[in-house]
Amino acid sequence: MSLKAEQSHKRKRLRPRWHKQDTELTLLALPTTIWYILFCFLPMFGIIIAFKNFRISGGFLSNVFNSPWIGFKNFEFLFKSNDAWIIIRNTIGYNLIFIVLGIVLPVLFAIMVGLLHSRKASKIYQTMMFLPYFLSWVVVSAVGWAFLSFDKGIVNQMLVSMGSDPVNWYMEPKYWPFFLILLNVWKGLGYGMIIYLATITSIDSTYYEAAVIDGASIWQQTRFITLPMLKLVIVMMFILAVGRIFYTDFGLFYQVTRDSNSLFNVSTTIDVMVYKQLKTATVGMASAAAFVQSVLGCATILIANWIVRKIDPESAMM
Amino acid sequence: MSTRTAYDTGLEKFNRTHRVVDVIFHLIFIVLALICVIPVVVVLSISFSSEDSIRETGYHILPTVLSGDAYAYIAKQGTTILRALGVSVLVTVIGTVLGVLLTASMGYVISRPNYKLKGFLTWIVFIPMVFNGGLVSSYFINTNLLGLKDSIWALILPLAVSSFNVIICKTFFKSTIPDGLIESAEIDGASQLRIFFSIVLPISLPVIATIGLFLCFAYWNDWFQSMLYIDNQNLYSLQALLNSLMSNVDALAKNAASMGVSYAVLVATMPKESARMAVAILIVLPVACAYPFFQKYFISGLTVGAVKG
Repeated sequence: MSLKAEQSHKRKRLRPRWHKQDTELTLLALPTTIWYILFCFLPMFGIIIAFKNFRISGGFLSNVFNSPWIGFKNFEFLFKSNDAWIIIRNTIGYNLIFIVLGIVLPVLFAIMVGLLHSRKASKIYQTMMFLPYFLSWVVVSAVGWAFLSFDKGIVNQMLVSMGSDPVNWYMEPKYWPFFLILLNVWKGLGYGMIIYLATITSIDSTYYEAAVIDGASIWQQTRFITLPMLKLVIVMMFILAVGRIFYTDFGLFYQVTRDSNSLFNVSTTIDVMVYKQLKTATVGMASAAAFVQSVLGCATILIANWIVRKIDPESAMM
Repeated sequence: MSTRTAYDTGLEKFNRTHRVVDVIFHLIFIVLALICVIPVVVVLSISFSSEDSIRETGYHILPTVLSGDAYAYIAKQGTTILRALGVSVLVTVIGTVLGVLLTASMGYVISRPNYKLKGFLTWIVFIPMVFNGGLVSSYFINTNLLGLKDSIWALILPLAVSSFNVIICKTFFKSTIPDGLIESAEIDGASQLRIFFSIVLPISLPVIATIGLFLCFAYWNDWFQSMLYIDNQNLYSLQALLNSLMSNVDALAKNAASMGVSYAVLVATMPKESARMAVAILIVLPVACAYPFFQKYFISGLTVGAVKG
């Protein structure tokens, strides 16, 4: 990741000319390089279809070259549609909440689990809380169905047994912002906790020993040793999350809501919209949305990193 | 790793949270841990419930009437499910092996300090981390140009390499393989290919295991590639099958109907609801049993990724 250091290293080359070993290393890297060209770099150039009236039938290359340029027409369609603002609001709104909760809660619980007296119990909790990270969204969707299904779901049975009316959960948008946030936290909490805990356990214990001798309380140790030592990792996770602010977890918003039309206003994000348009074969708006997502995503990650570098050069990624 | 483990030394014993605070913390974590595990228990118990009890009283956290019908059905007539299991296993195995080789070879090449194209290839790996072409153009290139529609390679190739993994590998090779080892092999006349396969890979098992695990879980849990590229039901993985069963539970009967029993009879008699959850269990069980043992490797990989490479 530290490109600067590598470039300075490159200047002091030991062997001046192309060597047999360079040929062999190139051959070794060739398959992966071809993979990168096919699956990463070709799509980057394919992004120009956002400015074209692209047709789906026929070969890809001939289509890209032959379809007429239409300038920003696709973008006009996109931003003039009523849904555009709902989709952008959902994408950025949910992501802001996820970024805040995705840092505060894992850090909090990592510190708490590190303070438990029993190491064995702490290990067991960590392992149990890591489980949701390994479940795919399709499985989570099945779990959600078991709880929220109208006629068979566990939640409705509880409501009925307490004398209330059952709720048709998949038709009621007002509950879903809460469900979606809850599920996102539930799935990522164990993972985040483990990352932060790994940093906490690697802090040199002499800091704490010195603090205890100076009479620092547990709270003061957390405030003045643990949190400052976590800063680097928190900033790294923050940059990564901000760089993905235009991307959402497609599975969360599409699978878990079971693509219910009633929930459109609270569950449609850029990724969901792009996927749906792609499946209905209307490429214009989808390609424009994907273009906006890629370009703004790239810009945000570079800007976030630039700001961090200004404030604290040590924490910057590039 | 854990320098705060010496809990029983005098200082650590003295420097603890109050006993009451500890009890409160334990209660909080017990609740959290249960919330994380109970959903899987619910799916398991539905898969072991009898179909009649589900039809009459709905889903329960613990089964009201125990029954192994769903699993008996899978064993006897579940050709669709067993084929999907086969696809999942095949994709996971091929994908993991291919992915590890592609990732480690690139990681090794860009870790060699004197290699002439190192800067160029580092950029090739780095650029996709900040910019990508997006779903629409990837989709058209994979289907129209590379012809991956309805091919098992559509489930394997797009997920094989990630720049994140390449960088983990590079960092590992750079920090743990002594330059002298490779230089002496070069002087002995070994080719780079030989050095990579018979020296670098064998002594890099920890990082290979970590990357392999990442890939293994990613392939096993993938459903998105199937949704995009697979229409042919014979190529459905377990995830794709569960996905289609979530919207249409009768789909399970389709394939079995061709084996002599009529479709209508089968739809009426087969344990649909529990079989659907049994498919979910087939997906979850291997993962849930495996990850506690591999957690160590996962954590080492995740923390390497979170620290500057």
